[in-house]
Amino acid sequence: MKTPIRMISGAMVAGAMMIGAAQAADPVKIAFIDPLSGWMGATGEQGLSQYKFAAEELVNKKGGVLGGRMFEIVPFDNKLSGKESLIQLQVAIDQGIRYIAQGNSSGIAHAITAAVEKHNRRNPDKRVLFLNYSAVDPALTNEKCNFWHFRFDANADIKMDAITDVIKANKDIKKIYIIGQDYSFGKAVAAAAVKFLKQKRPDIVIAGNELHPIAKVKDFTPYARKIMASGADAIITGNWGADMVGLGKAVISAGFKKPIYTYYGAGDGITGTFGAAGKGVLKLVSEGQVNPPASPEAKAYIEAFEAKYTKISFAQPRIANVIGMLAQAIEKAGTADDVVKVATALEGMEYDSMFGTKVKMRATDHQAIQDVHILAHTDENVTFDYDNSGFGTVVESTVKMASANIATTCKMKRPK
Amino acid sequence: MSLILVNLIDGLVTGLLLFMLSSGLTLIFSMMGVLNFAHASFYMLGAYFGYQISTYVGFWPGLVIGPVLVGVIGALIERYGLRRVHQYGHVPELIFTFGLALLIEEVVQFFWGKGQIAFNVPESLKFALFTISGNAIPAYKVFMIFCSMGIFLVLLYILTRTRVGMVIQAALSYPNTVEALGHNVPMVFMGVFGVGTALAGIAGVIAGPTVGVFPGMAIQLGSIVFVTIVVGGLGSLWGALVASLLIGWITNFAAAYSFRFSTIFEWLGLERPANMAESLLRDAWTLTFPQIGPILPYLLMILILVLRPYGLFGKREV
Repeated sequence: MKTPIRMISGAMVAGAMMIGAAQAADPVKIAFIDPLSGWMGATGEQGLSQYKFAAEELVNKKGGVLGGRMFEIVPFDNKLSGKESLIQLQVAIDQGIRYIAQGNSSGIAHAITAAVEKHNRRNPDKRVLFLNYSAVDPALTNEKCNFWHFRFDANADIKMDAITDVIKANKDIKKIYIIGQDYSFGKAVAAAAVKFLKQKRPDIVIAGNELHPIAKVKDFTPYARKIMASGADAIITGNWGADMVGLGKAVISAGFKKPIYTYYGAGDGITGTFGAAGKGVLKLVSEGQVNPPASPEAKAYIEAFEAKYTKISFAQPRIANVIGMLAQAIEKAGTADDVVKVATALEGMEYDSMFGTKVKMRATDHQAIQDVHILAHTDENVTFDYDNSGFGTVVESTVKMASANIATTCKMKRPK
Repeated sequence: MSLILVNLIDGLVTGLLLFMLSSGLTLIFSMMGVLNFAHASFYMLGAYFGYQISTYVGFWPGLVIGPVLVGVIGALIERYGLRRVHQYGHVPELIFTFGLALLIEEVVQFFWGKGQIAFNVPESLKFALFTISGNAIPAYKVFMIFCSMGIFLVLLYILTRTRVGMVIQAALSYPNTVEALGHNVPMVFMGVFGVGTALAGIAGVIAGPTVGVFPGMAIQLGSIVFVTIVVGGLGSLWGALVASLLIGWITNFAAAYSFRFSTIFEWLGLERPANMAESLLRDAWTLTFPQIGPILPYLLMILILVLRPYGLFGKREV
């Protein structure tokens, strides 16, 4: 009779101890919802490894946040589908995850931000924050903004502002051809380009402005012919992935030797594929300085990353900023579970990124303001190359705290 | 005028590339009545093999060895895989090839990763052969044209002028009779499957440098190849050629001329909506020809299926 009671009480004590121990080391989970297979799988995998590395180096090795809670990155494959992303979002929320990171495709970001807003409104005890690290459609911090969404990349308008600053200074450019993928982001890039060019260089003629079906064009040669026929002195495109490679290759083999300003003309094999053909021609607008390394800390960080992930090139410095800023916000708020407090701590934050810039998260629209660089695809002075090709992106010019005062139509509803 | 010539040449290149792929598929279909879902995957395998071999010994050996390897793999898959499933009927065969497509895609990602592969045009062909009013025609494209034409002629010759070709054509319609006559029909099947996949492999090696080599290659071209053989007629080599050229020219010309649909609407007397952002018809008004370019082959296929279901040159019902 006594033995079962002793056994039961012993089990209960052990159980209570285990629960207590588990709570003390309860990790802060961050969901990573992006394509990990298929067409964009390479970009998603690259982003995931950067998140894991940042969490390990910037937070966990330093003892975690709030006295011992580690960051844990939980990957979810959304297969680049909006519907699948919402399913994975729900799975993540059901697992008790409070921080959702996503970035590949503004279309999906739109779906997630709307879903997060609706969920937080209906479930005030299970709120989540949306850390958008790469979706750059300006609408996400303008008419579609909400309190729970934070964007850590410079949006398409800010990047276009930087590109047009460089174009403005280049008197050789008289005609520009704008080409992009036919969806929200491609349209946003085209609209921003037209707007800023009109403001800064009204003398520039827009020789062409067209959209092509996304991921459907197999042969960009006719487009390249049109661009050559138009006599353009520069191309502006927001194309990414296979569309970027196809367009770039077609245009270069058609004989185009002038600058091509891109948003995503590097990384995931793209740099290796262009190689020598892209030198002097391919340009990229981006935050985050990789070459030359912005600080000894950045150099050590990138070296450690490439030593650990030998097949993946270091391409999205802003991811380190996301983790760093989130950790700082959690420490400041004193909690990782009350996301309202964390969000309040995150907005308005000024963070010193190891990549040489201050990152300021604007409270009005939750858009991060930071240095934006125009990078050139080259093999000279490349400390960290992409795809083991010897080619990489080197900073050509920088706009400090780009578009710090850019207007926004965001009218954010703040929780009480 | 000169631009039309340029577009004709470009369309010819695209069309002939499509032909290399669809000729293999239509041959395999005419042989075994099975649509090979994995055909575009063999194309992708060819591109990856071509790349890998080119890193060791250069592009030209890769052009020869790569497709042979793909053909051998294809033949082995037919002998040890497809043949076993054959006895259960058409649907299991279809599912088998579908699974094969998925498997090949994953295997490729396992060995080469998920990103773009730097497979580039060989140095010896990296120049503009001639220009037509400022538009450079790369030598590589002319090479593609000659390669595809060469393959077509060789195929045609083998199928219509040689004994092997006679046996193949006979086994197409009356496999049991041909077997009764003493020919090794299973060996013929294996050979045709191997040759068909080798053709896809060559297409891969040749197209890889221009189209880009990445794991999504198979899906990129997969559906258009089926459209091609449906339009051309299942089992007909001439049909595959005509359909591929047609589709190549249609997509090329559609992309080349930025014809705006609003011109038609305005000609019809309709007024352009004042506030484009609010108008329900704004997509119709801003539509341009290049934007619908990729849909046109599918529209053509629907047209063919409605008016002439066995395709342009085909002999059986789809």
